[in-house]
Amino acid sequence: MTHKELKLKSVLLRKNLLKYIYKAKAGHTGGSLSCVDTLNVLYNRVLNVDPTDFKNPNRDRYIQSKGHCVEALFVTLADRGFFPESDLETLCKYQSHYIGHPTKKVNGVEQNTGALGHGLPICVGEAIAAKLDNKTHRVYTLLGDGELPEGSNWEAFLSASHYKLDNLYAILDNNKQQITGYNKDVMNTDSVREKLEAFGWAVKEVDGHNLEELENALNNGPFETGKPNFIIAHTIKGKGVSYMEGVTKWHHGVPSAEQYALALSELTAAEALI
Amino acid sequence: MELDKIEEKDLKMGKANQDVFSETLQALAETDKSIIAVTSDSRGSGKLVPFGEKYPKQIVEVGIAEQNLVGVAAGLASAGKKTFAVSPACFLSARALEQIKNDVCYSDNPVTLVGISAGVSYGALGTTHHSLHDYAVLRAINNIIIVAPADNFETEQAVRLAAKTKKPIYMRFGKKAMPFLSEENKTFEFGKGRVVREGADLAIIACGETVYPAWLAAKKLEDELGIKTTVVSMHTIKPLDVKLLETLASNGRPIITVEEQMVNGGLGEACASYLFQKGFRNKFKIVGILDDYTVTGSQGEIFKHYGISQDGLFKTCKELLDF
Repeated sequence: MTHKELKLKSVLLRKNLLKYIYKAKAGHTGGSLSCVDTLNVLYNRVLNVDPTDFKNPNRDRYIQSKGHCVEALFVTLADRGFFPESDLETLCKYQSHYIGHPTKKVNGVEQNTGALGHGLPICVGEAIAAKLDNKTHRVYTLLGDGELPEGSNWEAFLSASHYKLDNLYAILDNNKQQITGYNKDVMNTDSVREKLEAFGWAVKEVDGHNLEELENALNNGPFETGKPNFIIAHTIKGKGVSYMEGVTKWHHGVPSAEQYALALSELTAAEALI
Repeated sequence: MELDKIEEKDLKMGKANQDVFSETLQALAETDKSIIAVTSDSRGSGKLVPFGEKYPKQIVEVGIAEQNLVGVAAGLASAGKKTFAVSPACFLSARALEQIKNDVCYSDNPVTLVGISAGVSYGALGTTHHSLHDYAVLRAINNIIIVAPADNFETEQAVRLAAKTKKPIYMRFGKKAMPFLSEENKTFEFGKGRVVREGADLAIIACGETVYPAWLAAKKLEDELGIKTTVVSMHTIKPLDVKLLETLASNGRPIITVEEQMVNGGLGEACASYLFQKGFRNKFKIVGILDDYTVTGSQGEIFKHYGISQDGLFKTCKELLDF
């Protein structure tokens, strides 16, 4: 896939996640739009995973801690062939496995997540197991900045550096907003870089909507031998749809028919410029 | 005060179940390198210091961080390790409850959660250190086997079976030495109660360290009053052995349940709920820790206070039989 194709893929994934959120009348729109570039790069440039052999023990692990942004994950997995995209017509419907958070009932999902602060500790266990078995696969998680105050994250930050897990990559979708408003007003998590460095992690900061920067960071680890890797992806909540960008209510806002049409036209216009 | 003294001739004394847990795990780890113990600064009380010294690559220490303990254990189990997450039962089943619910049970990662110094084993350390809620809260979570072995035999069997069972399991152990409760019945299976004494007049269904005082009370009932009592070690609280329950209830005898647990939502209520819904109307009494500010004292004193003793259960049984 060329870089241009990868960029076009990001637009397509945005269109798709909006389509299924619009159809389901539910979803975490703003956060899915902020993290979908990261997922695009992970699944199309970084992760060693095979849709036809997902249980391969040597696969890279990706566990989405910010499980509520499952729509971004689902459309990315569908696009990579883990399941037919038409399955997403059942999103949030009675007895569907495609619910509002990731579950292992869906091919390609590693763990059931949704409660915040759970992804990283599981990844620490996976990364320790890989080290014990001298395996070379890597373990990735995506954290939301709104979930940083969960204490379990900080327990896991400590243990990851204690065990020198340089095979572990935690990506922070740093969109700066959460359901109530700006992180800094809800619970200030500023100076994340300094905090994580103090906890013994190697930290890189990237533009979370710049696919090359994401790819360079995620494919060029470990940043320091013996240290777990932390990537602060600076993102914009609602990225790609002008009226959603940086507007808190789109955390889990669902577009009306008019708003949906406008979003699609904006994305189509963006596509033409790539 | 110790638990009720026993006469050597009746029952052979063993070790603390907790000690047998660690010895069994160590024996298994010698040949099975996929076994991993995860500890939260708990290897001392979990009697896992020798394990850690002998198999340093098979123990993962997370420090005093129970949420991380269970999350890390889930990750290790997901990666194929036979994982035993060991921590005091009080903290493991409360502090890390959401990790148990989501990361272990909901995600179906086959972790064996080992609650040590369970119930009121910590005695005078008080309510912070008691686990009187664990059966009730874990019963309300889908996809977990809850086990409280009564004696050293059941403990060894439970640990060996857990290493072979690819499902989430919670098991808990106490610190006091326990006698072997039956030389005859050497069967052990999760979900199958173990009859350690038989009699048609009465049934006592107990679990964990309360099976021993139940057995002693049954002996006294027979010795002094000629009352024949069946005593069951219902070591698996979930799934409950409902077939055995129905067998016990079918002759109409009174039933007493005993547990080192608050009476709300534990073994007793599980048995009562099943039997009532099946139409049984046997006389029924739940003995456990009452829903109050738990009395202070040693484990034995707390047991005695709530009637979980030979004399206390003897009295309760007599009353139930209108004797």
